Amino acid sequence: MSAAGANPTIPFQDRARRALQDQTLQQAMNKAQGGFVDKRREAMAQLPEFDDIRDAARDIKDHVLSNLDSYLELYEQKVQENGGQVHWARTTEEACQIITAICREAGAELVAKGKSMVSEEMGLTGALETAGLKVVETDLGEYIVQLAGETPSHIIAPAVHKTREQITELFHKHHAKLGYSERVTQREAIVNEARNVLREVFITADVGITGANFLVAETGANVIVTNEGNGDLTSCLPRVQIAVAGIERVIPSLDDLSTLLRVLARSATGQEITAYTTMYAGPRHKDDGEGPAEYHVVLLDNGRSAMLGGAYRPMLRCIRCGACMNHCPVYLAIGGHAYGWVYPGPMGSVLTPLLTSFEQAVDLPNACTLNGRCKAVCPVRIPLSDLLLEHRFEQHRRGLTSAVGRLLIRAWAWLARRPRLYHSVMVIPLWLMHRLGRKAGALRWLPLAGGWTGSRDFPVPAGQSFHAQWRATQKRR
Amino acid sequence: MGKSRTGCYSLRHNNQNVSRMTDTKKTSEVPIQVGLFVTCLADLVRPKVAFAAVRLLEQAGCTVTVPRAQTCCGQPALNSGDQASTERIAQGVIRAFADFDYVVAPSGSCTGTLRHKYPELFRQDLKWATQARALADKTFELTRFLVEVMKIEQVKASYAGTCTYHDSCAGLREMNVHEQPRRLLQGVTGLTLTEMVDANVCCGFGGLFSVKYPDISVRMVSDKCANVASSGADTLLGGDLGCLLNIAGRLRREDSPVKVLHVAEVLAGMAEGPGIGEPESDS
Repeated sequence: MSAAGANPTIPFQDRARRALQDQTLQQAMNKAQGGFVDKRREAMAQLPEFDDIRDAARDIKDHVLSNLDSYLELYEQKVQENGGQVHWARTTEEACQIITAICREAGAELVAKGKSMVSEEMGLTGALETAGLKVVETDLGEYIVQLAGETPSHIIAPAVHKTREQITELFHKHHAKLGYSERVTQREAIVNEARNVLREVFITADVGITGANFLVAETGANVIVTNEGNGDLTSCLPRVQIAVAGIERVIPSLDDLSTLLRVLARSATGQEITAYTTMYAGPRHKDDGEGPAEYHVVLLDNGRSAMLGGAYRPMLRCIRCGACMNHCPVYLAIGGHAYGWVYPGPMGSVLTPLLTSFEQAVDLPNACTLNGRCKAVCPVRIPLSDLLLEHRFEQHRRGLTSAVGRLLIRAWAWLARRPRLYHSVMVIPLWLMHRLGRKAGALRWLPLAGGWTGSRDFPVPAGQSFHAQWRATQKRR
Repeated sequence: MGKSRTGCYSLRHNNQNVSRMTDTKKTSEVPIQVGLFVTCLADLVRPKVAFAAVRLLEQAGCTVTVPRAQTCCGQPALNSGDQASTERIAQGVIRAFADFDYVVAPSGSCTGTLRHKYPELFRQDLKWATQARALADKTFELTRFLVEVMKIEQVKASYAGTCTYHDSCAGLREMNVHEQPRRLLQGVTGLTLTEMVDANVCCGFGGLFSVKYPDISVRMVSDKCANVASSGADTLLGGDLGCLLNIAGRLRREDSPVKVLHVAEVLAGMAEGPGIGEPESDS
């Protein structure tokens, strides 16, 4: 049985344990595992200059972060020139209020929603539903997750935790009343059924809300990349179009866009480019035959500007490709919901404490082996594992880690700085462990190390340390 | 036998020729002075790995010194976020190894800490930044040092078995260790090297992670053990004892017959005797 999405009220360890024991989840994750990794590797192999483009992508984002205010103002000016409106939201609450007000003003009843992680961050769907609106997710994965009453478990593959059998049952449960009485089991039939159900939504929705992969300052365009085309139908067909984005999405120019697009899809899905890459720059103009009558962009800060001046600034380079989680062995073991909030995997473990609170997410930066695979694959070279270590420093400074743990580490460090004492203190435990375990070769139990010996043996130390043995050989020489 | 200020054991310790720092030829008249960073795990759990490192370095023509004033690189404190404790341990390491041409350790993880984390720790400390940088620049993981600095192409060793190599994360991603151990292993008589699936994926050790998050860690190491098994190898090799203790510990619990050894033990011809986590023979 799956938990109903990310649930921050359950402790991380419990969420992780449940995920590891959830056979269906494990089955789904096993299937997904490797696919993304192999496809990315193949895409890289076909583009020898990939690493140089990554450098260029990093430099573009760094340049933006050094001039964020100017580019945001330029972007707003261009949107206004195009006939659209930019709304600034300091917090997620403000963002939800702004969007609810736009919907009310438009007399909306039905909202079609494209895939957007920042809208998840806002809790937008819940806010709109509370205001009496009907909201339908139009990305297939998001739609599946919405039907299941869950939240996305991956930033680009929201339903990666679901098996096809589960989707068949979900569709049967929700679509039977719409006249789809047969269970669909094949991939294509599942997609077609969703397409037919969602078509009605695209046509009748009053407001279409999407995210934005990039905001181009020189043209005032918001750019979305999708593979399903749902984003385009969500943007174009309803009367009112709203794009939501974090303030760090802005980039200077279309040239920069082409550089970033070259690393985005390759890192995410291994595609050279996604099936659809669309730029929207304002509402329908006088002579246009179609298009939305209103065009709004809601820009969210929610802690981002506070990250600009500190150690976590590189995190604002993130283009949300998901490569870090696709390559994270911890994510692949426990899935996205165990992370407890909107953003999972390494990028989530860095972001969540910053966008929610350090206190609320103490486990995330620690539940990592610092293996550095995330850092190695990041298309904009965010030193993710270094930032996770930075979080540990921060937790230590703030006293968020266990007092006993800190004391033990300090005591060990005190000893480690006194080599003579250290080496003599180790003599007896080494001798004892060796005596107890040499017949078996490994100990099945150790005091204070139940975490280790619960499911692993501990290889028995040699009876004497290297330093002791070395000294003896040197004396003989 | 004389002891230097830092409490070294070697008679042959010589620090007069600083220009040798950049001289990578083992044919220079004065042998290259290597300070062996033993690592706490080799010191306490498997001393044989450090003896193997000494043998390999001496065979390569280096003069090896083991400073007594060393314990650990400080990773347990570093990875727990205790910056102050780590800095003090780092200062001790920097002092103990200041006089050598090179610092070598049979570990990618510990050398990664010396090479990348120490300079980071002291980046705003004028007094220590330079010394941390100097230590970082001359610190090498053992197999990479042998291949790239000492230009060793062939070791004198034999091993009858099929081995698979686990790339430890820090060795691979911080110290660029991947080809070097494999190249050296190819020269070991009788040894067949076979690659396992996901050799470069973390084994789930992560230092204190393995104890703090045992469920996730055990899941990761179980995956690793499954990959070892399906490779068909009878021996698992690696360059970091942390990973090897973790994998060996899990293999023993699974009653796997696979032998686990540090790559240095095989390269030095010291692979005889029980593998990691195996019982001592009765003889």
